[in-house]
Amino acid sequence: MKLTGAQIMMKVLKEEGVDTIFGYPGGAVIDIYDELEKTDIRHILVRQEACAVHAADGYARAGSRVGVCLVTSGPGATNTVSGIASAYMDSIPVVIFTGQVPTHLIGNDAFQEVDTVGITRPCTKHNYLVKRTEDLARIIKEGFMIAKSGRPGPVLIDIPKNVGATAVDYKPVKKVNLKSYNPTYSPNVKQLHKVVELIKNANKPMIFAGGGVILSGAAKELTELARKTQVPVTTSLMGLGGFPGTDPLWLGMIGMHGTYRANMCSGECDLLIGIGVRFDDRVTGKTDVFAANAKIVHIDIDPTSIRKNIPVTAPVVGDCKITLAKLNQLLNKEDLGDLKKKRKKWFDQIQRWVAKQPLAYKQENIIKPQYVVEMLYKMTKGKAIITTEVGQNQMWAAQYYHFDKPNHFITSGGLGCMGFGLPAAIGAQLACPDKLVVDVAGDGSIQMNIQEMTTAVQCGLPIKIVILNNGYLGMVRQWQQLFFNKCYAATCLDCAPDFVKLAEAYGAEGLRATKPEDVETVLKKGLASKNTVIMDFQVDREECVYPMVPAGAPVTEMLLV
Amino acid sequence: MIEEKHILSILVDNEPGVLSRIAGLFSGRGFNIESLCVAETLDPQVSRVTLVTNGNPPIIEQIEKQLNKLINVIKVHDLTGKEYVKREMALIKVVAKSEHRAEILRTVDIFRCKVVDVSSEHYTIEVTGDEEKMKAILNLLKPMGIKEIARTGMIALFRNSK
Repeated sequence: MKLTGAQIMMKVLKEEGVDTIFGYPGGAVIDIYDELEKTDIRHILVRQEACAVHAADGYARAGSRVGVCLVTSGPGATNTVSGIASAYMDSIPVVIFTGQVPTHLIGNDAFQEVDTVGITRPCTKHNYLVKRTEDLARIIKEGFMIAKSGRPGPVLIDIPKNVGATAVDYKPVKKVNLKSYNPTYSPNVKQLHKVVELIKNANKPMIFAGGGVILSGAAKELTELARKTQVPVTTSLMGLGGFPGTDPLWLGMIGMHGTYRANMCSGECDLLIGIGVRFDDRVTGKTDVFAANAKIVHIDIDPTSIRKNIPVTAPVVGDCKITLAKLNQLLNKEDLGDLKKKRKKWFDQIQRWVAKQPLAYKQENIIKPQYVVEMLYKMTKGKAIITTEVGQNQMWAAQYYHFDKPNHFITSGGLGCMGFGLPAAIGAQLACPDKLVVDVAGDGSIQMNIQEMTTAVQCGLPIKIVILNNGYLGMVRQWQQLFFNKCYAATCLDCAPDFVKLAEAYGAEGLRATKPEDVETVLKKGLASKNTVIMDFQVDREECVYPMVPAGAPVTEMLLV
Repeated sequence: MIEEKHILSILVDNEPGVLSRIAGLFSGRGFNIESLCVAETLDPQVSRVTLVTNGNPPIIEQIEKQLNKLINVIKVHDLTGKEYVKREMALIKVVAKSEHRAEILRTVDIFRCKVVDVSSEHYTIEVTGDEEKMKAILNLLKPMGIKEIARTGMIALFRNSK
């Protein structure tokens, strides 16, 4: 059977179970779009290509599947780079198809030609330039397999125009065989026994979980482990929701804007069990004193994460879910004794930290941004999927929305890519049509990809955008306030659009709150709406996110309210 | 921690772009490449990269792990500290004045090198050996005047098959 490259691509996408593609057409992908139109795969037209990747990222996270994008060559491809880099840092499975100039023009500086594979090499898990239509089916299959297996990540497939247009004999590819790619899922049992001993001997243990727990679907196993061993749990930003935020063992997030108790625990603990984390600098602060009194267990599927930033007592390479399940099995055979009694001193100490420095703010006569997030949490009963932009809004969302379930907090953690929240919310809403999806935004970052309002309205998506509007690029302003003598260089956004009118211009609803007593009314009205809604909360302009660990300082040395 | 020289023998898919992935990994993460040699193996789908790098033990561990993480890397061996043979080849174009010619040829003989090209003004000498031999012959030839030199960089293999 003769099929064109574009037809083959559609066949393989269907085999891979793809039902939604985020994209933006152009000359180099016109053949592919022509075929796509004939399938039942839903295409979501974003308004800028980075947002195709962000939306696919949100779709992948909320729906626990592979997100797919399709863009054209040249500027289409270069625009995707921020989205790809963000997905790469957060290990999100996304497959990006880019158009390319015909093979005979590659290297000629042709119209809309860039070396896409060269540009994206350092920010993809793997990438391909397809030179022959005969290889297309195999490469797409490999791409999906690589994107979702092991430590997931984005895979880019660059398809020259003639490769998509040429017809060849099509032979379905049944099995993918990559001799050099074989991620370790099952942990070394000897190492696990070592971990069991460490847990048994620890007096002041803590668990530090991260995005790996969410990605491997290990939230249940993690909760079981923590409860069984009575070990308090903190997570990184990426790990929020991996452990119930309302559990008595919950310490809150760790790191630069982590809770006082979580950060103090890390300095004081004698065993730190890292699960699906990479000990990022925003978590560890000064690495040589991080968890200085602790033996460290590090469980991760990616061997490069282990001992990259900090020395480890017991390294365990494996998938979080499989590893924790096995660890729980081993622990079930152990007599752990009266843990409540054994841990009493440790828990008392934690309680003293909680009492000394809880997460707090004072709601006076100006709206406090924390209050907005807290009200949002109460009114949604903690059940909404929250996406965020980047900066203060992201940290307040992380601190004051207590996530009980995985895949409900979607943020650009590693790259910190402003403009992520709105397209990610679009993706999340499409993956979970029955869920309430809220983008917690700042007035700065929402303007980075505000054009996606059109996409949301066009698709009839009831996304809620909560803008914590302080008229500043708040996080940078906070640094300027604290470390640069209040010289607010280039961070004041005093010429802002009227977000209510802007929402209306896009065909969405716009609401505004200027006083604390408006907050509840506006949220109530906005959340109840079936439309895309922007809620503009005019908050205290110079509120800061606390606690804060200055960059490079030990995490136990926090600036407090 | 002590920085040490390590010879890595890396089997990779023989595909376009693979070398760029390796080079990009080293530059992107701030690792060093002292020398690098690539050529096809007996299996035309596989190439062997012999790469000399330096770093302290944690850095070397990261380099090996990061290389292994590349999809196109099949196998990474660190030869350092093991039983292996290593060789490098150099072509040295040395000024051959009549009063030096005999001495140059004697040196070539002692070092078991070969003169592979002769002109009225110079000899081109082919030398094969390890770093010490290279250093030694270069020191001896320098006084005569070395016009140009091309070196392959180190290649190496385990003594026992792996």
